[in-house]
Amino acid sequence: MMFDPANWFTEIGGPGDLFEIFIDFLQRYLGWLFDGISAGLNGIIGGFESIMMFFPPMVLALILSLLAMSAWHFAGGKSTRATVIAGVATFVAFILISWMGLWPSAVSTLALVLVSALIALIIGIPIGILSAKVHWFGDIIVRPILDFMQTMPAFVYLIPAIILFQRGIPAGTIATVIFAMPPVVRLTNLGIRSVPKEIIEAAQSLGSTSKQLLVKIQLPIALKSIFAGINQTIMLALSMVVIASMIGAGGLGSDVRRALSRVDTSLGFEAGISIVILAIIIDRVTQSLGDKAGYE
Amino acid sequence: MSENQYHIEVKNLYKIFGGNPKQAMELKEEGVEPTKIFKDTGQNIAVNDVNFQIERGETFVVMGLSGSGKSTLIRCLNRLHEPTYGNVIIEGEDLVGMSSEKLRTVRRKKMGMVFQNFGLFPHRTVVQNVYYGLEIQGVSFEERKKRAYDVLDMVGLKGYEESMPNELSGGMQQRVGLSRALVLDPAILLMDEAFSALDPLIRRDMQDELLDLQEKMQKTIVFITHDLDEALKLGDRIAVMYQGRIVQIGTPEEILTEPADDYVRNFVEDVDRSKVLRAEHIMKQPLAMVDSKDGPKAAIRKMRSEGISSIFVVNKKRQLQGILDINDAVDLADAGKRSVSSALRTDYHEISPDTLLIDLLPLARDAKYPIAVVSEDKRLLGVIVRVSVISGITRDYDNDQTSNGSSQNDRADSEEEVNE
Repeated sequence: MMFDPANWFTEIGGPGDLFEIFIDFLQRYLGWLFDGISAGLNGIIGGFESIMMFFPPMVLALILSLLAMSAWHFAGGKSTRATVIAGVATFVAFILISWMGLWPSAVSTLALVLVSALIALIIGIPIGILSAKVHWFGDIIVRPILDFMQTMPAFVYLIPAIILFQRGIPAGTIATVIFAMPPVVRLTNLGIRSVPKEIIEAAQSLGSTSKQLLVKIQLPIALKSIFAGINQTIMLALSMVVIASMIGAGGLGSDVRRALSRVDTSLGFEAGISIVILAIIIDRVTQSLGDKAGYE
Repeated sequence: MSENQYHIEVKNLYKIFGGNPKQAMELKEEGVEPTKIFKDTGQNIAVNDVNFQIERGETFVVMGLSGSGKSTLIRCLNRLHEPTYGNVIIEGEDLVGMSSEKLRTVRRKKMGMVFQNFGLFPHRTVVQNVYYGLEIQGVSFEERKKRAYDVLDMVGLKGYEESMPNELSGGMQQRVGLSRALVLDPAILLMDEAFSALDPLIRRDMQDELLDLQEKMQKTIVFITHDLDEALKLGDRIAVMYQGRIVQIGTPEEILTEPADDYVRNFVEDVDRSKVLRAEHIMKQPLAMVDSKDGPKAAIRKMRSEGISSIFVVNKKRQLQGILDINDAVDLADAGKRSVSSALRTDYHEISPDTLLIDLLPLARDAKYPIAVVSEDKRLLGVIVRVSVISGITRDYDNDQTSNGSSQNDRADSEEEVNE
C-alpha cells in the first residue's frame, strides 16, 4: 500500500497499516542505509563462509574439534581423557555431516549463526548493562520491547526483513539477530542487578567510581549469568535457522525446507541431525566457558 | 571553630524514604506520630532529628532493635544513603552537599566500613579483596600487595592471603572485611552489625580482638548493634535508638543505672550487670595503716574500732605492702615488737580497678581476706568485700543506699570472721 498524505484517515485501516506505513517510510527514505547494511552483512558472512570452505572438510573438522577441545580444556573441570573423548566425538560428528553431503550447508549455517549471534551480543550486552544501571530505562523501555520481540511469532519478522533487505542472507541475519537478542539482554541485566547490595555498598564505601564498580565488581560477579545469556542467544540463533531459510538465508534450514516440500524423509532426517550436532557442540562449548566464568 | 574539636558531628539529621519528604516534615511539625505518617502517606522517617558528637578515638555504639533506623543512620555517615535534611560533619567538613568527587576522596582516605554479611567480593581472593581500595586509587601492585599482607598478618590471617572468601569461616571472612577497611588506614571505622552474623563464641573473640586492635590503633569507631551486651562491652558511649530517634546517649554505666525512659529501662532490664560493672564501681574507701608509722597496738585499736579482722598495710606512698591479721597483730603486741612488717601476709587477691564483676566472683567466693584494688604502681585504691560483689550484681538504682548497705554488711561480715 502506498501512503497518500491527503487521504490518510480513509486509508489507514488499523495499527497494522500504521506499521506498514512505517516500514514503507524506512524503505523509501533510509533505503541507502539498509542497502549498506545488506552489503556489509553479505560481505562478512560470505567472507566467513568462503574462509571455512577454503579448507577441505576433513581439515576444517579437525580444526574445529581442536578449538572445541581447547575451550573445554581452558574451562577446566574435566579430565584430559574426557576432553580427548569429547574432541574425538566432535570430529566424528563433523565427518558424519560431511558423509551425508551436507557439509556446505552446515558451514553456511555456522557462519550465519555465529555472525548473527555476535551481532546480537554486541548490541545486547551493552543494552543489558544500561538496563541494570539505569532502572527506568530497563524497566520502562527495554523490558516491553524484549517482551514484544520474544512473543511476536518469528515468521512475522521475516516480512519487514524482506521489504528492507530483499530475500537472502542479510534479511535472514537481521531476523535472527532480533529473535536471538532478548536472552542476553535479560540475563546481563539480571546478573548485574542481583549482585548483593552489601557488595555494592562495600565497593562504594571504599570510594569506587561508577565505572570501577561496573568493571571490577558488577560485571565479574554477573559473568556467570551473562554467559548463560550468551549460550541462550546462540542456541536461539541456531533455532531461527530453519525459519530464516524461508527468506533465502540458505544453509541447513533450506535443506529442511526442501525435504518438507518434497516429503523427503531421508533428507529431512539428515538435515535435522546435522542441526542437532551443531547445536550440541556449540551449546557444550559455550556452557563450559560459562562455568569457567563462575567464581563458585 | 568549636566543630573542629569533634571528629564526627551529626546535626538535625533526617532520612525520609518515600517521594515526598516535605509532606512528612509538615505532618511531623504538626505533631503527628511517625508511625501514623507512614500509614497515611507512605513516607517513612527512618532517621528522625538525630544529633550527636563523637570525639577522636572514641568508640560510639548505636544500639536499637531492627527497624529502629540504626543501619540507615550509619549509611548516612558516609552517604551510602543520602541524608534528607541535616548535616554530617567529619573533621569540620560537611559531607552533605559535597561533590561526588570530594565525597569519594573522603571515603578513600577518612572512613572505612565493615558490613554485617561481610560484603566480600566473591570473585577476588582474600588479598585482592583487601587491596581493592588501594587498587582503585592506582597504588602499584607491589605496594598494595605488601600493605594488604601486613594488615592480614595483623588480624591473624597470615597464610590465607590467596584463599577465596567462600573457603573461610564466618569469623575469618569478617577479618577480611575488617582488613579491607583498615588497609586504607582511615581515622574512622563504621561497623554495621559487624559481628551479628557470627556465632556467639566467635563473636566474643572478635569483640575482644577489636578492643585489642583499638588499643593500638585509636580509631574513631561507630559501631551499630542490636545486642546490648555487645554495646556495653565495646562502647565508650552508647546511643539507644528507637523509631528513628536517639532516646538516650550515655556511658554504659549511665545507660544501666539511669535509663532515660521506659524503653531503655526495658532494654537494660535483663542485662547481666556483672559483665558491665567494674571493681572501681563497687569498691569502698580502703582502711589502711602505714607500716613505718603505726605499730601492732595501733593496728589492733583500728581494727577493733572498725570491727574488722584484718587490715591492709601500705607504705608512705600508699603502695600496698601486705595484710595484717588480727591474730598476728595480737601475737606481735604480746611479743613487744614495734614493727608489723615481719607478720605481713600476702595471700589476698590484688586486682585492677577495671576488672569486671564477673571475673571477681570466683575470687570473692574463696577469699579469706578482702580483695585489694590497686593501681598500676601498686597504690591501694580500695577494697572489696564479698558482700559488695553480691550487692553490685543485684539491681538497685539508688546508689547511695547500695554503698551504705554494703559497708554495713561488710562490718557484719567482718565481725563474723572475728568470731570464728
